[in-house]
Amino acid sequence: MNALLRLVAVLRRGRTYVIGTPYVWLLAFFLLPFLILVNYSVSEMETVHPRALVSIKDGVLQLSVKFANYLYIAQDDLYFKTYLASLKYATVTTLLCLVIGYPFAYFMARARSTLQPALLMLVMLPFWTSFLLRVYAWKGLLSPGGWVADVLVATGIDQLLAAAGLIAAPGKLMNTPFSLVLGMTYTYLPFMILPLFGNLSKMDLRLLEAAQDLGASPWVAFWKVTVPLSKAGIIAGSMLVFIPCVGEFVIPELLGGPETLMTGRVMWDEFFSNNDWPLASTLAVVMILLIIVPLAVFNKYQAEAQDRQGGRA
Amino acid sequence: MSFLRIEGLTKEFDGYKAVNHVSLDIAKGEIFALLGSSGCGKSTLLRMLAGFETPTAGRIVLDGRDLAGLPPYERPINMMFQSYALFPHLTVWDNIAFGLKRDGLPRDRIAERVDAMLKLVQLGKFAKRKPHQLSGGQQQRVALARSLAKQPQLLLLDEPLGALDKKLREETQIELVNIIESVGVTCVMVTHDQEEAMTMASRIAVMSEGQFLQVGAPGDIYETPATRFVADFIGNVNLMDGTVVEDQPDHVVVECADCRHFVGHGITGTPGMAVTVALRPEKIHLTRQRPADEFNSAPGRIKELSYFGSFTVYHVVLASGALLKVSLANTQRHRDVEFTWGDEVWAHWSRTSHVVLTQ
Repeated sequence: MNALLRLVAVLRRGRTYVIGTPYVWLLAFFLLPFLILVNYSVSEMETVHPRALVSIKDGVLQLSVKFANYLYIAQDDLYFKTYLASLKYATVTTLLCLVIGYPFAYFMARARSTLQPALLMLVMLPFWTSFLLRVYAWKGLLSPGGWVADVLVATGIDQLLAAAGLIAAPGKLMNTPFSLVLGMTYTYLPFMILPLFGNLSKMDLRLLEAAQDLGASPWVAFWKVTVPLSKAGIIAGSMLVFIPCVGEFVIPELLGGPETLMTGRVMWDEFFSNNDWPLASTLAVVMILLIIVPLAVFNKYQAEAQDRQGGRA
Repeated sequence: MSFLRIEGLTKEFDGYKAVNHVSLDIAKGEIFALLGSSGCGKSTLLRMLAGFETPTAGRIVLDGRDLAGLPPYERPINMMFQSYALFPHLTVWDNIAFGLKRDGLPRDRIAERVDAMLKLVQLGKFAKRKPHQLSGGQQQRVALARSLAKQPQLLLLDEPLGALDKKLREETQIELVNIIESVGVTCVMVTHDQEEAMTMASRIAVMSEGQFLQVGAPGDIYETPATRFVADFIGNVNLMDGTVVEDQPDHVVVECADCRHFVGHGITGTPGMAVTVALRPEKIHLTRQRPADEFNSAPGRIKELSYFGSFTVYHVVLASGALLKVSLANTQRHRDVEFTWGDEVWAHWSRTSHVVLTQ
């Protein structure tokens, strides 16, 4: 009774609602759907609905948790390979976005302040066109006759790509790991640039002068000061690219080929072609767990950065 | 033989001369202050010494070596930045070691040097802390230790105490000077705070609009300012315009609106010349009776008084309407002669207490 009164008192305080809002959001739109997925993944199916996990039959309380799906995806190396492929392509895309996005964000942040809004606009401009359309456009650009393909063939870069095994044969650019990673890098690059820009533009430039004053050349100062101080931006950008890339379905579907089978595609097949919802749910649950680990790392650094900022204020 | 020589140094930004043909000699071991209000060019001058700005013209020679073309990271000069610019991602220890590591010193030499620096600024206990975990005064000491760690030939201080509150600033001034002197490093500091410049520096250059108005010891600048600007900039002063009526080698008499000044030093001028007499508030006395001397006194009425504890500043309105600031030390807890609002008084001063300024 006492505890109940205390709870009422806590709930009455307005700020509880404010603080509670994101939790309610997470509960309703992440945790509950996730639990439904988990439920599907460990249940026997009746015609369309999963059978209840707990049931009473002949006066016996039965708990039936079915691990068969998990065992199945653990045993069939198709799934293992698609996870691995997803992680691999997501990792490569993230690294490429970082390598391209970091200098991009760096020079944006160091550009004249009057120029910065325009540069920022240019980064976000692609979002004005449908994502599907932009990915589709690459099909045309990379197919024979597309000018990107023509340039790559004319310069002999396709030979290099073929030698590296990134495309099937010289001149055949579409539906290869190359076209997939190109499409994903192109699509997700802004998500890398924006947090990095936000971070780098806030940096105290006197720190670089201090580093130079103490004997660091600009190059050393960049690696010893700029990069460590932009760690939060690097991690935020990498997470924003990596996480959606792991489960990406549209880009592999449009630009990928037979050897770039990724989790998103397999999940789609299980859900909509095979109608095997329990197995599809199992795949989704495992994927979420795979993503939660890097996310936890991200949160840890974010908290540390927050702590640092809070301390400075 | 000067240790640091600046010759005709000029820095132009888009046609505007931030530093305009400045020359200076600084001796080894000296603590030299560049004093001026913001925008006077003092920071630009300091940044040229550090190597962050390239001079438009002129030379900087340190210990016989021309620094032209040397980037900041190759100069034997270290700077303590305004609000310190400590690396937030490094511990106190690593902040101090940063410069030593760049020199590629062996690890044990670095450790030895950093520990010595920590001891010098008494921060041994804080070696593992990050800068944001330190108070302002502690951060200031880390910044000092970091800039001294490489044993620079020249130490630059940019508003060294600007980020500290008043009480702490006073304590730190002395401590900072003691440390700099114990190390024996030559030091150029930039400040807009005249008290800071006067207490810390052995010589001061007063800067305005990119040029030195006066260079000298703190006492010289305060007691014998060269121009109206310097007199007004350093401390409080009463400036009275007048004309020279008598010009002798050992004294001058200046006729002003409210009084006749008998000034006990000669000037290079002629009778009839327009001059300004500068008189510091603390050199004026107040009495109720008319002083005997026909010179150096003026009657007035107390319009305003501000009590500061150790002294009181009276604003005396003279006959012409001019305002005379008078500062009296409160040497007794209860003064026998208390002046108050509206009192009619005579202000008077001695024949050696004021200076005539010709420009």
